[in-house]
Amino acid sequence: MADTIQRQEFDPLATGGANRRIRARVMIYGVLTLFAAIYLLPALIIFLNTLRPLDEIVRQGFISWPGTMSLSHWGEAWSSFCIGGTCEGVSRYFINSLLMTVPATALSTALGLVNGYVLSKWRFRGDAWVFGVITLGVFLPAQMTLLPWAFVLGKLGLSNTIAGLVLVHTVQGVSFTTLFCRNYFLNVPDDLIKAARIDGAGFWRIFRRIILPLSPPILIVTVIWQFTGIWNEFLFGTVFTSGANQPITSAIVAFSGSGTGERHYNVEAASVIMAALPPLFIYLVGGKYFVRGLTQGAVK
Amino acid sequence: MTPERARAPIHRRIANLTPQLVLVPTVLAAVIYVVMFSLWTIWISLSQSTLLPNMSFSGFDAYLTLWQSKRWTVAFTNLFVFGTLYVVGALMMGTLLAILIDQRVRFEAVWRTIFLYPLAVSFIVTGTVWRWIFHPQTGVELALKDLGWISAKFDWISDRDMALYVVVFTAIWHASGFAMALILAGLRSVDSDLVKAAQIDGASMPRIYRRVILPTIWPIFVAVAVVLLQFAIKTYDLVVALTQGGPGVATTVPAIVVYDLMFQRGQIAEGAAAAVMILLGLVCVLIPYAVWSSWRQRKEGADHG
Repeated sequence: MADTIQRQEFDPLATGGANRRIRARVMIYGVLTLFAAIYLLPALIIFLNTLRPLDEIVRQGFISWPGTMSLSHWGEAWSSFCIGGTCEGVSRYFINSLLMTVPATALSTALGLVNGYVLSKWRFRGDAWVFGVITLGVFLPAQMTLLPWAFVLGKLGLSNTIAGLVLVHTVQGVSFTTLFCRNYFLNVPDDLIKAARIDGAGFWRIFRRIILPLSPPILIVTVIWQFTGIWNEFLFGTVFTSGANQPITSAIVAFSGSGTGERHYNVEAASVIMAALPPLFIYLVGGKYFVRGLTQGAVK
Repeated sequence: MTPERARAPIHRRIANLTPQLVLVPTVLAAVIYVVMFSLWTIWISLSQSTLLPNMSFSGFDAYLTLWQSKRWTVAFTNLFVFGTLYVVGALMMGTLLAILIDQRVRFEAVWRTIFLYPLAVSFIVTGTVWRWIFHPQTGVELALKDLGWISAKFDWISDRDMALYVVVFTAIWHASGFAMALILAGLRSVDSDLVKAAQIDGASMPRIYRRVILPTIWPIFVAVAVVLLQFAIKTYDLVVALTQGGPGVATTVPAIVVYDLMFQRGQIAEGAAAAVMILLGLVCVLIPYAVWSSWRQRKEGADHG
């Protein structure tokens, strides 16, 4: 008896089951919508406040429907807002971040690609040790490297420069890209390489003809991860650069942390969105690869 | 045929060494960065350095001073509270979202995108935005007052006892999409025959999740927890942007203490000691995990072979 009742619940034609299922559907979509609101609200709140006049924000706070709206604060945030004495808006810091992120991403990805190719396809004595040391770099906390980096950058004359940050992020990033690329190339059949070698192809020819054509998927993953990671990084930027040479994350903290004077919340909100846009754009465009990088990075 | 064949043996030998030569820059960088930098910082933590590095040995003085300072004990306790609530919270939230999305919902990609986007936003932006929302003069409290609730009070962010929970909430907001994505991938990997068999036995969906699906993917929960624990131990940016470690030292975490000692207070040896403690924290999480996963891989290999 009990058996038949329970079977009915999973019979798609039973009316009781249908009612239940509709109720379950409403519940599922209801809860999903509620959580989606919690996840999206901060973005919406900040965006609306970039459009509101300052006195309105000061009077009513951030969480309130805008009365009048204008796009002018975006222009101010980009080109004339004063941060720590310089009045060039965030454009300067945005460009600093680009000048830091693009070369560091390109260099660490290129090196990681070749390293990954060697470590997966050209076995030699001690390769496990080499791979081990490189991989440890992924886990080493930045705090352990702050003082040595400060010293090395000073010796190289790269203190307080974007070039210094490029160096730091490239060295740190190579561990990560090597790990990713090596794990990816392990899935390329060794026979392919062997056949090419029998045909007389050397190290670089195999790289160009076999490895490179197979790499776009992992290239996209590492570029996305390096770009978002380096763009969003804060500690190195704050410790190794100051004033007009800072990347955008440090600049944001510099203006929102200084408690003196009138706060230009609307302009600050626009600046914060500008600081968030490049990684967000990449995430929206390459979302699939973002998730792939996530799963590979976490499970391996 | 190829030009390489015609060349002298010395060229051939160089060609044979190409793979190792290619690795030289990276190995050099890694040895300097991983090995020498670590040893350097460890050595500084054992030295008499204050404002400038002073390499004369002074034993474990810096560690003693560190552990005797109230700031460090607060930071350490905060890390435990924050780490536990953050990992458990993000896992629970991630599981809930993953199960909801797993119910053959329409526009699955849209839901996933919404829940995962915080991960692409930096901790600095996340912290700044949530500080505005939580701050009594700009956020929720003022909005409630505007609605006519004059006595409304919501000042967790400036309350010594509650500020840490603001950090926990914000961190969970940032990371639960990450947990969701991995757990969802896990749910999808469960053998559908197993689920069908449970359905035929008459088990309800919640029961099937609790008894069949979630237990089979428990290794994923371990992996996510390890990654999140790593984040927790390294947490710095989020707290700086959200509360700057305050009010007082209420939300201070170890990484903030390191920065403060090294660059604000000129206590380099003590700062290095705090950095070494962070490294030890990571080691305590990562080594058992590495041992466990290699053991599991070997076992799996044995089972299949």
